[in-house]
Amino acid sequence: MTSTKHHEKHHQKLMTGAEIFVRSLVEEGVEVVFGYPGGATIGIYDALYDITDIKHVLTRHEQGATHAAEGYAKATGKPGVVLVTSGPGATNTVTGIADAYMDSVPIVVFTGQVATKLIGNDAFQEADIVGITRPITKHNYLVKDVRDLARIIREAFYIATTGRPGPVLVDLPRDVMAQKTVFEYPKTVSIRSYNPVVEGNIKQIKKAADVINEAKRPVLYVGGGVINANAAHELRTLAEKLQCPVTTTLQGLGAFPEDNKLSLGMLGMHGTWYSNYAVNYCDVLIAVGARFDDRVTGRTDAFATEAKKIHIDIDPSAIGKNVAVDVPIVGDVKYVLRHLIQYVKPLDTLDWLATIEQWKKEHPLRYKHDEHLRAQYVIDRLGELTKGNAIVVSDVGQQQMWTAQFFRWKHPRTNITSGGLGTMGFSLPASIGVAFGRNDLPIFSISGDGGFQMNAQELSTIACNKLPIKIFIMNNGYLGMVRQWQELFWRKRYSQTCIHSPDFVKLASAFGIPAYRITKNEEVDDAIHRALNHHEGPILFEFVVEREENVYPMIPAGQTVNEIIDNPEPVNSPESSVHNKGTFIVHKKG
Amino acid sequence: MAKKTQELDMNGQMKQHTISLLVENRFGALNRIAGLFSAKGYNIDSLTVGPTEDTSVARMTIVTRGDDQIIEQITKQLNKLIDVIKVIDLTFEDFVERELALIKVQSTSTTRAEIILIAEIFRAKVVDLSPKTLTLEVTGSQQKVDAIINMLKPFGLKEVARTGRVALKREFQGEA
Repeated sequence: MTSTKHHEKHHQKLMTGAEIFVRSLVEEGVEVVFGYPGGATIGIYDALYDITDIKHVLTRHEQGATHAAEGYAKATGKPGVVLVTSGPGATNTVTGIADAYMDSVPIVVFTGQVATKLIGNDAFQEADIVGITRPITKHNYLVKDVRDLARIIREAFYIATTGRPGPVLVDLPRDVMAQKTVFEYPKTVSIRSYNPVVEGNIKQIKKAADVINEAKRPVLYVGGGVINANAAHELRTLAEKLQCPVTTTLQGLGAFPEDNKLSLGMLGMHGTWYSNYAVNYCDVLIAVGARFDDRVTGRTDAFATEAKKIHIDIDPSAIGKNVAVDVPIVGDVKYVLRHLIQYVKPLDTLDWLATIEQWKKEHPLRYKHDEHLRAQYVIDRLGELTKGNAIVVSDVGQQQMWTAQFFRWKHPRTNITSGGLGTMGFSLPASIGVAFGRNDLPIFSISGDGGFQMNAQELSTIACNKLPIKIFIMNNGYLGMVRQWQELFWRKRYSQTCIHSPDFVKLASAFGIPAYRITKNEEVDDAIHRALNHHEGPILFEFVVEREENVYPMIPAGQTVNEIIDNPEPVNSPESSVHNKGTFIVHKKG
Repeated sequence: MAKKTQELDMNGQMKQHTISLLVENRFGALNRIAGLFSAKGYNIDSLTVGPTEDTSVARMTIVTRGDDQIIEQITKQLNKLIDVIKVIDLTFEDFVERELALIKVQSTSTTRAEIILIAEIFRAKVVDLSPKTLTLEVTGSQQKVDAIINMLKPFGLKEVARTGRVALKREFQGEA
């Protein structure tokens, strides 16, 4: 390397792989990269040093970088970008990549790699990351020639963001990044073996409309695909035209406003009683951008057996994978819904909606509200006080399900959570990505005491960047969801689920983050207001909540709606706080 | 849904499907495909791969078994791989398939003639000869290869190498 630096652009100027990499990201419009440098990526980081168009966020662990990229992608719809070093840097991204694969999140992960001549030699910090991530990426690349670099980066972004979105990994050997070539960013992408179907087949759409037009008891079952396709408006138009009730999956929350009377809230294992019953008794089930996951269906041969099933999805392999369907439609959800709306007629569903309304009255979501503080109450108040105008990044476990149940979901891309993989420790780093992508709504990160400790190091990233994240920890001293299963199905043998935590308030203080411990119901509203009014960087609240609470309703794994366990708390008890999706909220103040 | 096929064969096993794939002839493509089968728990009875008339494209022939739902998933999952250009389930087509086997069988001066007679019946060629062994090359359908191996078993099989099946769709012959 010579010391001469050419700042002026010259058409035929030779650039190193590292410079081409950085320039390619600029061409892709990348605003922020989440990463962590290392031996194999020093050259790339050197090239990043002079670039002002791209903000690099130094997380405190590569897993954190990957979840941050996911949070950014889910909240903005734009691809999240990760840059890490070889070996351990690369393997630390595996959980985040698997998470993104399961939840169809567009991220592009760049990993450093040892020099090509050392690959396979067990070189220092070498790992076969392309081999390791092959089954958990939509596609991955090892760049062996600098002349392929720009094209591969272009393809990586294209593949990650089109069709069913997903993670793409690009492995960058150290010597390739030092080689030089002329930089020319390809204007178009053409991959002969990759042409995702976008336009649904009109014949199939008409066939679906014919089925729908005969329906007496239809249900729309909506997944994250509607949010990925930015089709919430079309969904709402269809639902209202048909007067068809709508239930969403965990990833679908936010695709349909829950204050709409057609909303049934979430379905599945911890879904509302009435959404599961509506699916069980419906005569036409319209699945939109959902994948009939086992947490939704329970035992598949008993799932919606009375219904003719229509399945709209961009991914042909999602159709017929778990449940046989009558009318499959492969295509972009927005495109298909837009056409379907034209072919369907308004339906007379008054009787059906009345039945559902009765179910809502008899089996609302509820929790006991007495002198003890419960996580459900905190979420319920958060939903009420924000009116659903917040981005909520939940973790995995009981607090995740209560967030799904009791928050008032209203807007797409406000529910950020790890669904398919169920990755504890997701929330805190994911909220970092959200904070870099969005500033239009307050951002809440909600974790349990267990999940929080899995990526607590990211408090440092949050503090250093003064990110306005409102961190809520629901501390019950247990790994609550596993404890619940042990209580219900393993004779209360609480094997390794009682967990000790540090003093979270002191921990936050060590990072310079203001923090408060909340122990009483009366303090909750004030805490939420204080969080909402705190605009200078992060703020943390530890809620010391009831230790042995269960998430209800619950359909035990692999069972049917007949085995649903409703909340033992009576609906009419004076201590019962009742909450229904899509009806007037009966709400008692604490 | 795919056309309904008879899901079980005469031995009560799931029906075999011969799937022909055109894939990008690049590093890692075979791994992706083999990895898909192992990750999803699909069976592979045989898998062959080789170049085609276009050097950038390789043809793979995979013989697998499963019910209609599994086969449908296999073809969809294969299609989903970025390196896969085309997937054809030849089971629904009229197709030609061949397998080649090299069979090293024990022979003495007394059994040699009998073995060569069997070879002639199956149109196999003698490709190597030693005082104690005879190596035959046979080409044909899987059933034919199975049959000759069966016939040679009593003489004592030293080693068998089979290529697995390769297949191509038959072309339309025109009106008779």
